[in-house]
Amino acid sequence: MKLLPLVFANLRRHRLRTLLTTLGVALAMFLFASLRSVVTTLNAGAEVASAERMGVQNKMAIVFPLPMSYRERLAAVPGVVAVSWANWFGGQYGDGKVFFAQFAVDPESYLAMYPEVVVPPDQKEAFLHERTAALVGQGLMEVFGWKLGQDVTIRGTIFPGDWTFTIRAVYTPSVRAIDDRSFIFRYDYLDERTQHRVTPGWYALKLQDAALAPQVAHTIDAMFENSSAPTKTMTEKAFNQSFVTMWGNVQFLMNSIGMAVVFAILMVTANAMMMTARERTGEVAVLKTIGFTDRTLFGLVMAEAGLVTLTGAVLGLGGAKLLYAGTGFNGFGFLPGFDVTAGTVAVGLGITLLLAVASGAVPALRAYRLSIVQALRHVE
Amino acid sequence: MALVEVRNVHKSFQRDSQVIEVFENLTLDIAAGSFTALMGPSGSGKSTFLNLLAGLDRPTSGTITVAGAAVNTMSPSALAKWRARHIGFVFQSYNLLPVLTAAQNVELPLLLAPLSKKERAERVRIALGVVGLEDRMVHYPRQLSGGQEQRVAIARAIVSDPTLTLLDEPTGQLDKKSAQEVLTLLQRLNDEFHKTIIVVTHDAHAAEKAKQVLHLDKGVLAA
Repeated sequence: MKLLPLVFANLRRHRLRTLLTTLGVALAMFLFASLRSVVTTLNAGAEVASAERMGVQNKMAIVFPLPMSYRERLAAVPGVVAVSWANWFGGQYGDGKVFFAQFAVDPESYLAMYPEVVVPPDQKEAFLHERTAALVGQGLMEVFGWKLGQDVTIRGTIFPGDWTFTIRAVYTPSVRAIDDRSFIFRYDYLDERTQHRVTPGWYALKLQDAALAPQVAHTIDAMFENSSAPTKTMTEKAFNQSFVTMWGNVQFLMNSIGMAVVFAILMVTANAMMMTARERTGEVAVLKTIGFTDRTLFGLVMAEAGLVTLTGAVLGLGGAKLLYAGTGFNGFGFLPGFDVTAGTVAVGLGITLLLAVASGAVPALRAYRLSIVQALRHVE
Repeated sequence: MALVEVRNVHKSFQRDSQVIEVFENLTLDIAAGSFTALMGPSGSGKSTFLNLLAGLDRPTSGTITVAGAAVNTMSPSALAKWRARHIGFVFQSYNLLPVLTAAQNVELPLLLAPLSKKERAERVRIALGVVGLEDRMVHYPRQLSGGQEQRVAIARAIVSDPTLTLLDEPTGQLDKKSAQEVLTLLQRLNDEFHKTIIVVTHDAHAAEKAKQVLHLDKGVLAA
């Protein structure tokens, strides 16, 4: 501890260099936290999925619909106790700059199947009894400053025209991983406005027992194998993950970019530490002459590297945590419950430790091995 | 018994394929409380001799004993700890750390000793007082003259009350007036505080201040 002022004094030697190196580490850690949080948020969405729910989509891709006639056939499959269906709407509100998800759902079966979507009883009644009613997440209400009973017009893109809804209910998710910025309306309104030309985008099933999932999936997919719309039946977790894989191998991409950023900043930090060490060859020799041991000087250089990287990491990881929590960032609706988890912070700090060791080791070893006589010959 | 005992010291360097002999069979005693000037032309081995006494370098053969400790047999780690306790070293080019104030520079050797912050501050104040720079404690080296910098370096060398104070050309970069101040200070340290001082110089005027003058030429000592 007595030597800490010496470490701080050395860091103040080139204030700009220290500042830029620290900010470089901070930026790298901010990006790492952001990218990793995309992956953990997507995984969290899949992890909270109910084991007793399954999703059925078109085998080709989720963008291809399924016939409405499947509803009764699905309900008749042994082990299936409830069926619901939904459609992606894909409209724009206002200038379209703020994206949020819109779904048309069968109201009664949807609310029964997803108890995590918590709606006050009176508002639930209103939603169930008015064709143009909308059920809106609390977060989305706050984004636009909407009020209960307000009319909202959304411009359809997949289903053209202006669609006006009345907000009759506001939901609050009981689990963080469920988006509180979705706009949900009734499937029968979509069906009516499109003159019954729309069919479900996907079905959701509730099972009697989670253990029946493999058998149910096999039965359903076999049932529709030779139809015009063959199905792909998955557990809700796999179904949620299939949304993610629509973007390609997001996890691999995010982790690769994250690691590349960390590696790049390792080079920068190591270079800065090497420059610092080279400039101080004479001073290291003087300190050794005074009586500082090789080990103490090794520790001093490592402490400098550690302080720079740790400060950067605290700024980057803490900044990411506070920024995303403070702004309620949700990836434009694609990343509900987006959060820099404690796990991400821990991994970030672990990487910081490795970064400190990797960037400080070479200059610290150089200081450790420095021959006093040879070094003094250069400065004297 | 002498404070410093140098016995049959041989020192050579290897430069490429050439072996350079610095000393052969060097033997010398230096008494406690003495003020010795070591003179000689450039390349005569004066600085190498000082480095050997401080344990910064090792003899090729022979023994060096300082206050009963065999310097040439200690491990690097033990040598560093021994140096912190027994050696004060002053360089020609001061070698103060530019990021530290005068007081912080002087405090450096004390950071290695088991002293409280208050004790360290008191010793720093006394050392800077001895060299006449008590009013320059918070000044950085760049804010001091060359003479003042060298006096701070001397304060750093004596602050831990070392057994032996070694100075390598301490007036080599100073003007006449500053050099005189430094030499007077060294005399005072020897006379009043009984410090054992060995100063390497090729300035005859500087050597005059010492009580004993040794000449080193081509590795051979002469009184």
